Amino acid sequence: MKPKVAFYWCASCGGCEESSVDLGEALLDVAEAIDIVLWPVALDFKKHHIEAMADGEIVAAFINGAVRSSEQEEWVHLLRKKSQVVIAFGSCAQLGGIPGLANFFNRAGVLEAAYRESPSTVNPNGVFPQTVHKDNGFTLTLPVLHDTVRTLDQVIDVDYYIPGCPPTPQLLADAVQALLSGKLPPKGAVLAPDHALCKDCPRRDTKPEKPMISEFKRPHEVVIDQTQCLLNQGLLCLGPATRSGCGALCIEGNMPCTGCFGPTSRVRDYGAKALSAIASMADSNDDAEIAAILSKIPDPAGTFYRYSLPASALQRKKL
Amino acid sequence: MSEAKFEPRIVAFFCNWCTYLAADLAGISRMKYPPNARVIRVMCSGRIDPQFIVKAFANGADGVLIGGCHPGDCHYQEGNYKCLRRFTLLKRVIQEMGIEDERLRLEWISAAEGDRLRTVMFDMVEKVRALGPLNWKPAEEKAPVAEEVTA
Amino acid sequence: MRESNGAVRVGVYVCHCGSNIGAIVDCKAVAEYAAGLLHVAVARDYKYMCSDPGQELIQKDIEEHKLNRIVVASCSPHLHENTFRVATAKAGLNPYYLTMVNIREHDSWVHTDRAAATEKAKDLVRGAVRRVVLQRPLEKGRVPIDPKVLVVGGGIAGIHAALTLANAGKKVYLVEREPTIGGHMAMFDKTFPTLDCAACILTPKMSTVKNHPNITLWTYSEVESVSGYVGNYDVKVRRRTRYINEDLCSGCQECIAACVFKEPKFPDEFNQRLGKRKPIYLPFPQAVPQTPVIDPETCIEFKTGKCKKTCLEACADRHAIDFKLTDTVEEIRVGTIIVCTGFQAYDARRSPQFGYGIYPNVYTSLEIERLVNAAGPTAGEVVLRDGKTVPRSIGIIHCVGSRDENANRWCSRVCCMYSLKLAHLLKEHTDAEIFNFYIDMRTPGKSFEEFYQRLLNEGVHFIRGKVAEVTDWAADPSEEGKLVLRVEDTLLGVVRRIPVDMVVLSVGLEPHADAQDVRRMFNMTCSNEGFFLERHPKLAPVNTFTDGVFLAGCCQGPKDIPDTVAQAGAAAAEAMALIDAGYVEQEPNVAYVIEEDCSGCKTCIPMCPYSAITFREQDKKAEVNAVLCKGCGTCVAACPSGSIQQRLFEDDELFEELEGVLIHA
Repeated sequence: MKPKVAFYWCASCGGCEESSVDLGEALLDVAEAIDIVLWPVALDFKKHHIEAMADGEIVAAFINGAVRSSEQEEWVHLLRKKSQVVIAFGSCAQLGGIPGLANFFNRAGVLEAAYRESPSTVNPNGVFPQTVHKDNGFTLTLPVLHDTVRTLDQVIDVDYYIPGCPPTPQLLADAVQALLSGKLPPKGAVLAPDHALCKDCPRRDTKPEKPMISEFKRPHEVVIDQTQCLLNQGLLCLGPATRSGCGALCIEGNMPCTGCFGPTSRVRDYGAKALSAIASMADSNDDAEIAAILSKIPDPAGTFYRYSLPASALQRKKL
Repeated sequence: MSEAKFEPRIVAFFCNWCTYLAADLAGISRMKYPPNARVIRVMCSGRIDPQFIVKAFANGADGVLIGGCHPGDCHYQEGNYKCLRRFTLLKRVIQEMGIEDERLRLEWISAAEGDRLRTVMFDMVEKVRALGPLNWKPAEEKAPVAEEVTA
Repeated sequence: MRESNGAVRVGVYVCHCGSNIGAIVDCKAVAEYAAGLLHVAVARDYKYMCSDPGQELIQKDIEEHKLNRIVVASCSPHLHENTFRVATAKAGLNPYYLTMVNIREHDSWVHTDRAAATEKAKDLVRGAVRRVVLQRPLEKGRVPIDPKVLVVGGGIAGIHAALTLANAGKKVYLVEREPTIGGHMAMFDKTFPTLDCAACILTPKMSTVKNHPNITLWTYSEVESVSGYVGNYDVKVRRRTRYINEDLCSGCQECIAACVFKEPKFPDEFNQRLGKRKPIYLPFPQAVPQTPVIDPETCIEFKTGKCKKTCLEACADRHAIDFKLTDTVEEIRVGTIIVCTGFQAYDARRSPQFGYGIYPNVYTSLEIERLVNAAGPTAGEVVLRDGKTVPRSIGIIHCVGSRDENANRWCSRVCCMYSLKLAHLLKEHTDAEIFNFYIDMRTPGKSFEEFYQRLLNEGVHFIRGKVAEVTDWAADPSEEGKLVLRVEDTLLGVVRRIPVDMVVLSVGLEPHADAQDVRRMFNMTCSNEGFFLERHPKLAPVNTFTDGVFLAGCCQGPKDIPDTVAQAGAAAAEAMALIDAGYVEQEPNVAYVIEEDCSGCKTCIPMCPYSAITFREQDKKAEVNAVLCKGCGTCVAACPSGSIQQRLFEDDELFEELEGVLIHA
């Protein structure tokens, strides 16, 4: 019998699903080797199908997306129960990801922005989503949106992590291969190399011996040299702080690394660590000058915790 | 813990060569200051990783105090400037996270400034006490029962 | 993250330090609390942990209870960390399995609330226990000591330190900023309380320095930069040019006689500007070295280029004088450094109420030293600024610039005694009526009080009171032409006006104006007043916080000549202890790269002020040179992938300590 595998998505953009599809023809091989029992984006399985399964019947569940609603929470608990191995797939599941930036706000703030304040919203009656609605003797319910976005492992026990926004198809293929062959690393491992991106950066040899920055620049402000180390051009590239495994795709696209692969195993708080490294490069010893150099980094919390706010030590903004 | 009896918890990261010694000097001189700080000794303020600071807040510190050598006086020449660079940027992050400015403080206190250490301790404890507990909530949030969400 | 290590057995020792800790911290409760912590096998409290029985207690427990981690909660690690490391090592345990908790200086001595102080002690102990579990065995590194010594400053401290070392066979570089060694002592006439002639006891030592085969003397020179570390300091010394080649000069001084200025015309610095010198001069007759200096500020050749250069002619075929000479920079390697840069006298102009710089007949004590000196500007004749009038009455004001909230707060320690000495000398030279105005008479030294008694018997007047002002305003005809000292005589309880011919200001001692630059150069610390800070006021009075750099003399604080000499000897002995050991042990708290994890991002490289981190091209990884690393850990905090760690201050250890101190009890 082929091993049963589930794919599920929580708070995510769908990019992780795209990445799975990007396996291309290899997807067919994967589909050949496993029995997909759940994949909302592609196949029509229902919750009761999973509920009907025995505990541990699913060999592996790949869950992408952060957890920010009651429905997602129910689903991941269910999948945890039914699966031998749970893999947090992608930045959102691993670290909170882009949806995790909602932790700078709370539920009320998020709803306010989405249903009233945003310029594209047309809502003259000020209708807001209700969790319970009674009409004509019928009761309708909607999932509850949480105040705080959480990573998958803040909700359920997670066995492995595949980083990336999205993970590369190759990482998924490797993970499935490892699953099928039973050659899995110790529990808790991130299924990607444990060194920073600089090591695999095509521009590494252009980095100066002593990287220091006297002026930070944003990509839209400069014509970016396609061969030079981006930090050396004053661009805030988080490659030194970010786990490798992406194939330096952004660098290949002449854009700085924004850190979606998260930290190496030796770093506890990605944002604080990346901040430490970048701030250390500010080339001055003078209070005012240091502040001036660093002022060119807008929204440092959002910049350094772009993908990892829910996984950070502080997890969210205090409101 | 009632508000009236709130005693702030302060974690202090002190450089071995200046502020830690200033605290030693305050002791030798029998100066008195409030007992709220827990000092963690590092060899240089440059060793202080911003991770330590966010972790301290997350783990229940109401305030974090960093003590290093005066500019130009670092025992390791320039470690305090590295500390200053990180602090400058971290301070903005901490603000964005909704943590009041006075909860995170960097002070240059030399080995001779026991008196200044005492003053800073008093001042910080009072300011953080006035702000009240930070009470950083760790991760687990129970899903709220279905409730009306209206604006 | 943390390995659960079943084999870890921690012993916790809480010291009462007599009642120093025990009176405020409930040591028993702390020990009982510690006994309940994870991994703690034994926890005890004891009267004095640092005593032999206290140390033996730890050693016995290590054996009996198979302890492999030790936490001692007592005083500052700066005081006893080494004691307990040695004790731990003696019991066969690696000394870096020890952590100290400071519950004295940081707790019992600064807090009054017993409960809160005890809670604090528990928190700190909990942090230490969690930290020590992760600590690893470490070995000290060894660095060889270069046996050469640099002595900075050629006053009596530097002279004595240099001679002590040189006599023991050590090679010494003695660097002095002025054109001659001798410092302030060379300016003094007599020394208190024995009244032996300062020059008579100093100048033989000065010439011994010059002729000592083990001493390289560089005067008119300044240390420009210092780099390196204990045992291996690289020092650059700028040797300012005298425009006279020291090696060619015979010291005949005929050039001075031949100068186009027939008479000395310019203020003579050595004589406190009371006398005059020529543009080419020797600071004083016994100056060492006996090589004159040309002052380009006053020399006509430098100012106009049109001098007849009679000095050159006088030097004839020696060719020692060369106007084209320039500064040279010497680069030397030494193992240890003794800093004896001395003091500067308080500038009496900063206390205008005493009239210095306003009334010509107000003098500073240093001026009087020169005035009473037989080799001074008046050949020992004490006369007023008019050059002829012998003063009939003299007022000596103590504590000028000292013990004064508006000037320096400290007692300069030597002024009472030198004021007595000057009173005696002035009396001897002029037979004037002499008044000493003092706040308190401080004579704590061998034969000091007796000297004071002697002065009382000699008929010198002593008035207890702080002088309010010195004025030339005469209240009645008897005060005409006099300087009047207004003072409250606190023993009589009346305000007095005392007219005198001459006023002497006993100026205090203060750090040199450039002490901060010197401090930075040698990586020292200053105390609040600006004097260089010793490592420990009692137990390491000549050490600094930088290994291999020692202090002696007034740069560390005001002191008299015997204390200066004693301190210089102690500093020399400390340097010798290092030299004769041949090597110095290096704390193992250095940074290291986890090589397989390093991405070669180079973030760490500019962090290191010692260039201890290099980028290894062959495998494109960072590498720490453990000998150059001083263990600050700045690179560790910067490493964006957590691939550099610092021994003894590992991330894991610090996070554990942090979590430990924060868990609510």
